[in-house]
Amino acid sequence: MDRFRTHCLVCTGTGCVSNGAFEVKRALEEELKRRGLEHEVQVVGTGCNGFCERGPVMLVQPEGVFYQQLRVEDVPNLVEEHFLKGRPVNDLMYAPTKKDETVPLMRDIGFFKDQVLVALRNRGRIDPEVIEDYVGHDGYAALEKVLTEMTPEDVLGEMKKSGLRGRGGAGFPTGLKWEFCRRATGHPKYIICNGDEGDPGAFMDRSILEADPHSVLEGMAIGAYAIGAEHGILYVRDEYPLAIKRVEIAIGQARNLGLLGSDILGTGFSFDARVVRGGGAFVCGEETALMASIEGREGRPRFRPPFPAEKGVWGKPTNINNVETWANVAPIISRGAEWFASMGTETSKGTKIFSLVGTVNNSGLVEVPMGITIRKIVFDIGGGIPGGRAFKAVQIGGPSGGCIPAELQDTIIDYESLARTGAIMGSGGLVVMDERTCMVDVARYFLEFTQSESCGKCTFCRIGTKRMMEVLTRICEGKGEPSDIALLEDLAVRIRDSSLCALGQTAPNPVLTTLKYFRHEYDAHIQEKRCPSHVCAALLVYGIDPDKCTGCTLCARVCPVNAITGERKQVHTINQALCIKCGQCYTACRFDAITRE
Amino acid sequence: MQHDQRLLEDTDRILARNNHDANALIAILQDVQRKVGYLPIDSLRRIAETLRVPLSRVYAVATFYKAFKLKPAGRHIVKICLGTACHIKGGGEIMRAMETELNVKPEEATPDGRFSYEAVRCVGCCGLAPVIMVDESFHGKVGAKDVKQVLAKYS
Ligand SMILES: Cc1cc2nc3c(=O)[nH]c(=O)nc-3n(C[C@H](O)[C@H](O)[C@H](O)COP(=O)(O)O)c2cc1C
Ligand code: FES
Repeated sequence: MDRFRTHCLVCTGTGCVSNGAFEVKRALEEELKRRGLEHEVQVVGTGCNGFCERGPVMLVQPEGVFYQQLRVEDVPNLVEEHFLKGRPVNDLMYAPTKKDETVPLMRDIGFFKDQVLVALRNRGRIDPEVIEDYVGHDGYAALEKVLTEMTPEDVLGEMKKSGLRGRGGAGFPTGLKWEFCRRATGHPKYIICNGDEGDPGAFMDRSILEADPHSVLEGMAIGAYAIGAEHGILYVRDEYPLAIKRVEIAIGQARNLGLLGSDILGTGFSFDARVVRGGGAFVCGEETALMASIEGREGRPRFRPPFPAEKGVWGKPTNINNVETWANVAPIISRGAEWFASMGTETSKGTKIFSLVGTVNNSGLVEVPMGITIRKIVFDIGGGIPGGRAFKAVQIGGPSGGCIPAELQDTIIDYESLARTGAIMGSGGLVVMDERTCMVDVARYFLEFTQSESCGKCTFCRIGTKRMMEVLTRICEGKGEPSDIALLEDLAVRIRDSSLCALGQTAPNPVLTTLKYFRHEYDAHIQEKRCPSHVCAALLVYGIDPDKCTGCTLCARVCPVNAITGERKQVHTINQALCIKCGQCYTACRFDAITRE
Repeated sequence: MQHDQRLLEDTDRILARNNHDANALIAILQDVQRKVGYLPIDSLRRIAETLRVPLSRVYAVATFYKAFKLKPAGRHIVKICLGTACHIKGGGEIMRAMETELNVKPEEATPDGRFSYEAVRCVGCCGLAPVIMVDESFHGKVGAKDVKQVLAKYS
């Protein structure tokens, strides 16, 4: 076997792949071979590194030099300079903006500096399709420890002491949930990994499953031992083909090494796992709906109790946890509950992964200790808002969450603090919004989402969300009435109180939080028929800047209603009476001459 | 006729691969859709008969989950992401540009059978918003202006 002096960890997560990571990896391998370096420098394709914004990215170890936005053309020079001559290439390193100095080492880059990796501990370090890589980074050591040194009660005690709470949304204490299922009578028992990831703006579960599937399997095996379960099911969205493939490979490898299956590590403990592909409905992330879906039925939530711990899938005791929750289990066992509980706040321990997206300079996946402020995430890790525009709000918690305004940016990340603002921790979508985002439009967006995803079982959720969406649409179209605000508030309370599951119960949150913090934007739409952020199409007025218009006639040609007139090489004009505000001229103009207010 | 025969044979093979297990109904439908591109009614009938479940139940599942299609799609399926990150970065404008460009309703195939398109919620690539997917490949940071160019890559 070769002993490599250097490792090139090329990210092959979905984001980097869409920017050509595989081509770059192949070019790198070929170039290294051409230069006779293939026995000294090893190229490894890893799972998502998190910094998707700058992809394709690559980390060179052991130095820790971080390269970004790599192109195939860059490779020959990179190999010659860095790997032959030992001179890292400045041009391919990260710089916050073009004017700034480059930052050579990954650990010095703002995006990575404040992150603490527990669930994502192996990201960008290992090849997810090679179990030896996982084992080489202490993988399956925690499973061995529980099977050989701990009783199931010990494991439950350790989990309870760690303070780990569910990362799928509701934040229920994990150790306690396991204990309920352990105490339940019934046989066999099941454990489920919830990989439905419904929040439209969160992708941490996908990333964990793609980058480190064994971390989830090991967590599940430990959970199964503590609970006394024999069967594990990973419910993964069918839209995540790469995640499904990697989990299936991981299961096969773990079985071959005797880490799954019967009589694991010769201890007499048996546990096996399989993948069930999700059907693609948001509501199937809800635990009772998810179990119906596993049984091959429509995924509609049912009344609880009985809770899954008593009567779950096929009527048997079942314990269900989120992907990220499972990925936290092995480190807690290996490093101890005290270590885990030393991070975070009084009520929220450990770390949380957020998908930091929206109008922020460094978007990607970040894992941060609980207790960090929103400000630190947006400005230190995220690098602030592009173009120096004003930070307006963050949306946390997806369709069940809310918008927290810039004034509250010193709010800390903790289940209770976030709930006090009207948002929720949720699964970890964190969408940054700047002055160009219209908050009424955001509220309408989420209601449209919940309205179309409601399973239809509860009347208030099915019809109430539709009425709310209609009112919001009306406001965005400039047809709102002052009484609409009271109507929205009234509907919100009714929907919250009369829905069976959290989909309906929390559906009004995006509306309530925007009403609470951005009432002036609603007023501008309703009273002045104006969208302050220039988003709501019907309220925009398009015009032509005479100084920029070259008279190329393109806008007049794309206008579907012939509202634009003008002679060739003369300034054009828009007839406002005819304009349907479709924005096609705005998109088509090559001289930025179309104005939008 | 011959075509129908092949469809039923494919359906039978998929049923066998899933051990004729009614619990695996969703997986069976997913496999048929992957093979055929949509769920033809003849295939649904065959599944119901073989699994001995009412056709109404098969149909209920096929219409409950958004990913299932009951009509044939185009050769290439374009998915425009309207997840939160893509929405605030202009996913809606891309959707409108796609409507203008292809000139059919969502989920309908273009007359030449080349494309069909639909809106989806978050494809898990939010760092690259706005995103469109054509078949299995992702195109990130696209604008309404780029729609023509992206489509031109597929025949
Ligand atoms: C409408 C709805 C959607 C949900 N979607 C998800 C999801 O996509 N992933 C997830 O882990 N939990 C989701 N949940 C929460 C689950 O019901 C359940 O609480 C969770 O999987 C438990 O795991 P945890 O304790 O580890 O968080 C959803 C809940 C509701 C009401
Ligand atoms: S919101 Fe479009 S990829 Fe997530």
